[in-house]
Amino acid sequence: MNQAPVISTMSAFLRQRSPSLSLSGLLRTLGMPIIGIAVFLLLWQLASQSVNTAIGSLPGPADVWHQSGNLWADYREEQQRAREFIAMQQERNAQILERNPQAETQIRPYSGQPTFFHQILTSLATVMAGFGLATLVAVPLGILVGMNRHLYAAVNPIIQVFKPVSPLAWLPIVTLVVSATYVTDDPLFSRSFVTSVITVSLCSLWPTLINTMMGVNSVSQDLRNVSQVLRLPFLTHVRQVVLPSAIPMIFTGMRLSLGIAWMVLIAAEMLAQNPGLGKFIWDEFQNGSSSSLSRIMVAVIAIGVIGLLLDRGMLLLQRALSWDKSSATQ
Amino acid sequence: MNKLHLELSSVSMSFPTPKGDFLALDKVNLKMEKGEFVSLIGHSGCGKSTVLNIVAGLLKATQGGCLLDGREVNEPGPERAVVFQNHSLLPWMSAYQNVELAVKQVFGKTMNKKERRDWIIHNLELVHMGHALEKRPDELSGGMRQRVGIARALSMQPKVLLMDEPFGALDALTRAHLQDSLMAIQRDLNSTVIMITHDVDEAVLLSDRIVMMTNGPEATIGEILRVDLPRPRDRVALAEDGDYNHLRQEVLRFLYEKQQKVQPLQRSAPSAESRPKATAASGG
Repeated sequence: MNQAPVISTMSAFLRQRSPSLSLSGLLRTLGMPIIGIAVFLLLWQLASQSVNTAIGSLPGPADVWHQSGNLWADYREEQQRAREFIAMQQERNAQILERNPQAETQIRPYSGQPTFFHQILTSLATVMAGFGLATLVAVPLGILVGMNRHLYAAVNPIIQVFKPVSPLAWLPIVTLVVSATYVTDDPLFSRSFVTSVITVSLCSLWPTLINTMMGVNSVSQDLRNVSQVLRLPFLTHVRQVVLPSAIPMIFTGMRLSLGIAWMVLIAAEMLAQNPGLGKFIWDEFQNGSSSSLSRIMVAVIAIGVIGLLLDRGMLLLQRALSWDKSSATQ
Repeated sequence: MNKLHLELSSVSMSFPTPKGDFLALDKVNLKMEKGEFVSLIGHSGCGKSTVLNIVAGLLKATQGGCLLDGREVNEPGPERAVVFQNHSLLPWMSAYQNVELAVKQVFGKTMNKKERRDWIIHNLELVHMGHALEKRPDELSGGMRQRVGIARALSMQPKVLLMDEPFGALDALTRAHLQDSLMAIQRDLNSTVIMITHDVDEAVLLSDRIVMMTNGPEATIGEILRVDLPRPRDRVALAEDGDYNHLRQEVLRFLYEKQQKVQPLQRSAPSAESRPKATAASGG
């Protein structure tokens, strides 16, 4: 792109944002959310004191804050152990090599208990893989289906039936199919990972598929006429006319899909005992110690914050890729 | 100059409706020479756009057909370039890129990169848009967008230039300006043009012949008026010209006496084209 439009767009963007930099604007943009959060924490504190469960009273904000510190400490401790384990092996290997320079040495990876933060990383990797797979399937399929009236009529009922299916219904089928078909001696991914990824994809591809179809379907007749008069070849037509027209809708679909993928993943992990945040919650629930509820609350908040960040990330991606910057708001 | 170039022979068009077929066009016959400028004028819904779309190949006539240089028109193609009413530029492309899309498609094999670039810029300069090559449609005024649309159509070096109310959405001053540009371009390139218009002055000023269409349904050509005014034509001088005013009057008489559109006042008539109709008061 040319330099000048970039700068003008950026300055327009800054100008548009500048009111929030004034003092009253700052109060409006930051003040109300802070008040909202404060009231929420207060109500939470009050409610937690009056609810008692089998394993103690419901944790208040302070307990949860405290537990999140503990989880962080666990993680640091586990990291420390991993470092020591590796260092120990290196030391021993060095000793072996000293005695016999020809000896073959190896370093075994540390396989300790996955901590909360490990589980977050696992979940993030799984959701990204599942969402990526869903997008790779849904966008091209949506473009093809959206461009052809007959195909649309043929595929639409299938989509409408499978769209509302819950992940819990897919999971047993996917698990069985994966264990039957994913048989290798040297698996690149663990079976549980593949199961989670496929379940997430199956549940999350529908919004992207539907929105892509709609976006492609609603390319203006004028632009289609232009394409026809120019006799643009199919791929040029898709790349130059259809895709840019449909990109705001495609992104709307992808944002919905990512949100669903994240929710589905947690449920799938809980139910299938696949590693990730869902398993962390389930384990804590089974554990039933006095700190379990607080730890689960930490996980709940983490899930929410990560979901929010994923959505914002998609929005940034949309801003970067879409020609129409005004379509990428909220 | 006198060679038969484009021929519409008994073109009829009917659209299926729940109440049976609706005959929109009935046996339209028209012969055009190379380099001729023909306007189609008539009330809203008289099938002007249908005629144009059939020539463009975007619609297929249910009966009859269209021949261009002896070959039947049965699909859209760049040798019959269309200037659409609402410019129809790709909003995500700059003016240059919009023209480039057409030039690449038509001359991708016969011109090298440098020649294509020169040709794109040449066409944009022809419509006085050489200063805004990198502007996107949303950064251009309505008149400028329409200029780019015309440049895109001209860049295809079409045998026939089809214009669907190209200046309908523009203010009177911009419209006059673009009409003058179009006259100059048409004189230089000797292009064959079919233009749909609502504007009587525009039709008389630009055309060699004015094709006046009867009201639909079953619309067809009512009268054809030959405009023998010498070129180049100057709008200011013509305003006091007797022949010019006589021709204007002929068109007005056809539209408002012979083909007066009776519109019921109680119900709001569902009109496909909701734009305000250009009347005798505009332009000139």
